[in-house]
Amino acid sequence: MTIEVRNLVKTFGSFKALDGVDLKVESGELVALLGPSGSGKTTLLRIVAGLDWPDSGEVLINGEDALAQGARERHVGFVFQHYALFRHMTVFENVAFGLRVQPRAVRKDEAAIRARVKELLDLVQLDWLADRYPSQLSGGQRQRIALARALAIEPRILLLDEPFGALDAKVRKELRKWLRSLHHEINVTSIFVTHDQEEALEVANRVVVMDKGRIEQIGSPGDVYESPASAFVHGFIGESIELPVQVEGGVIKLGDRPLRLAADGLAPGASKLFVRRHDMLVGPPGSGAFEGAVQHVRNFGPVQRAEVALSGGETIEIDTPRDKELHAGDSIGLEPRRYRIFAGT
Amino acid sequence: MTMQIAHSGPLISSDARARAREALTRDNLRTEPKAVRIAIITIAITFLTVFVVLPLVVVFTHAFSKGIAAYLAALAEPEALAAIKLTLLVAAISVGLNLVFGLVAAWAIAKFDFPGKTFLITLIDLPFSVSPVISGLVFVLLFGAQGYFGGWLRDHDIQILFAVPGIALATTFVTFPFVARALIPLMQEQGTQEEEAAISLGASGLQTFFRVTLPNIKWGVLYGVLLCNARAMGEFGAVSVVSGHIRGETNTMPLLVEILYNEYQFIAAFAIASLLAMLALITLIAKTVLERHLDEGEDASDH
Repeated sequence: MTIEVRNLVKTFGSFKALDGVDLKVESGELVALLGPSGSGKTTLLRIVAGLDWPDSGEVLINGEDALAQGARERHVGFVFQHYALFRHMTVFENVAFGLRVQPRAVRKDEAAIRARVKELLDLVQLDWLADRYPSQLSGGQRQRIALARALAIEPRILLLDEPFGALDAKVRKELRKWLRSLHHEINVTSIFVTHDQEEALEVANRVVVMDKGRIEQIGSPGDVYESPASAFVHGFIGESIELPVQVEGGVIKLGDRPLRLAADGLAPGASKLFVRRHDMLVGPPGSGAFEGAVQHVRNFGPVQRAEVALSGGETIEIDTPRDKELHAGDSIGLEPRRYRIFAGT
Repeated sequence: MTMQIAHSGPLISSDARARAREALTRDNLRTEPKAVRIAIITIAITFLTVFVVLPLVVVFTHAFSKGIAAYLAALAEPEALAAIKLTLLVAAISVGLNLVFGLVAAWAIAKFDFPGKTFLITLIDLPFSVSPVISGLVFVLLFGAQGYFGGWLRDHDIQILFAVPGIALATTFVTFPFVARALIPLMQEQGTQEEEAAISLGASGLQTFFRVTLPNIKWGVLYGVLLCNARAMGEFGAVSVVSGHIRGETNTMPLLVEILYNEYQFIAAFAIASLLAMLALITLIAKTVLERHLDEGEDASDH
């Protein structure tokens, strides 16, 4: 099953939630919609599910016009951020709901429903909770039940809205791995929304980065991390150093100080220079593009994080290996191993 | 060794004393002096006794002052029986209507956004803020002989005022807010996610309502119906205006109580009053039970 949206526009009052979005998801993919809150990712997901309607644009599921159908006919599995389990039903009845509300002509008999629910509860490894009520479950268990409930109707596609957003960090990590292996097992075309880059990069085959109702970049997790297409993506994914620079006559300037960096092919004017924190190599003064003085050093984990005041006036944080120890007051040179410059401020 | 024991004995006890002293001062800091506490509690209890418990007791003592036989005889009077029947009928009609209207209004307000929503919420409270007498007069103005629909009604031989329809209408108007007010906050808090989940799982509108929405609000519905019923049976002002006080026909229980009292039939008056008082007590108990269920529902959704 493929999902395709074309030129989708949706406004809430004067707020443009979606501003011309095009996206194609191939059969069997697990795609992450990643972006800050208000970027339109949840709106996009709800429109695909039929829970919201666009002002204009097209939604095709498996090549068919989905906007001609209501949410009920689309046969889409939807998992809500806050689970939306039916609070007055047991876990078993929650999962069975989609089977019980089917038209009588196609409804399974009770024995078949029981068998199917059992199978799904086994799939999410929670068959022992069948008789409990949602209020008696932990957050992680509830989300897995919500997923089992969505899968019960054998959905054509699976949509997950911030599925781990309401869980604590440890449970999130477990569920991430679990979701990836589950997707591998059932292989249903899936889109999930998240604002957590680590989650998107770790779980998805492809990542769609959104901001202000537009898609900024679509690519594999490696692509969006290694070759961000815009200043927004570079700043949003991974920890970046962001410096306002000026390109003038083939020279890149930080403040009024020229940097020893090649400016080939760059448009003149105000720009932004991005470097990953761990891509700043430390050397003796005068050895790199930047000069700076170490202000403060924190040691934790495999790296030391140093606050460096650059001689252009900005203060940045860099991550360097712990074998070359830095101390507050050191004068150092910094050379970016890799960097990118985007025009604009 | 002995030295140590001899030493540690007094040390511990002085320590304990210090702790006790500290606890005492802390207790005083936290709450008002004992005298103030006792005074406040006494005032509250006295007030409740004089204004709530005493009247209730008086109602029952008067009702039974000539013995149980007289009490039962008073209730068995045709006039009394007619009033009880009418009250039950009117309550059933107005509770039924308000259950439907209240559900629809609460649904509209909690689940949809539309222009004039705030106005509608305010309007729902109108029957509470208007004097019941005015509520009754409104219906006289609408359906009375000189009223807007009076001529048309007379031509078609339809009797609304001074008959059951008028009493039911006035009661429905006065008790309209109860069900809606019980449901609006509950439905707003529950949001629309469960309904959305049901629809995306393939449920139809009716299936969603009966399988998801209604079970979630059932305690709230019962709570609203209970209060609505209590008020419908007890309503005096609005009903008094539209009833016409036709004996054995358009007198509800509260109206009959007044009439009997004015005619110095104290036993009969208080016998009927005792029924209304019992209704109030039962309502109170049921209300407490329902409130506990409502709280539980909230707790469950909190986790």
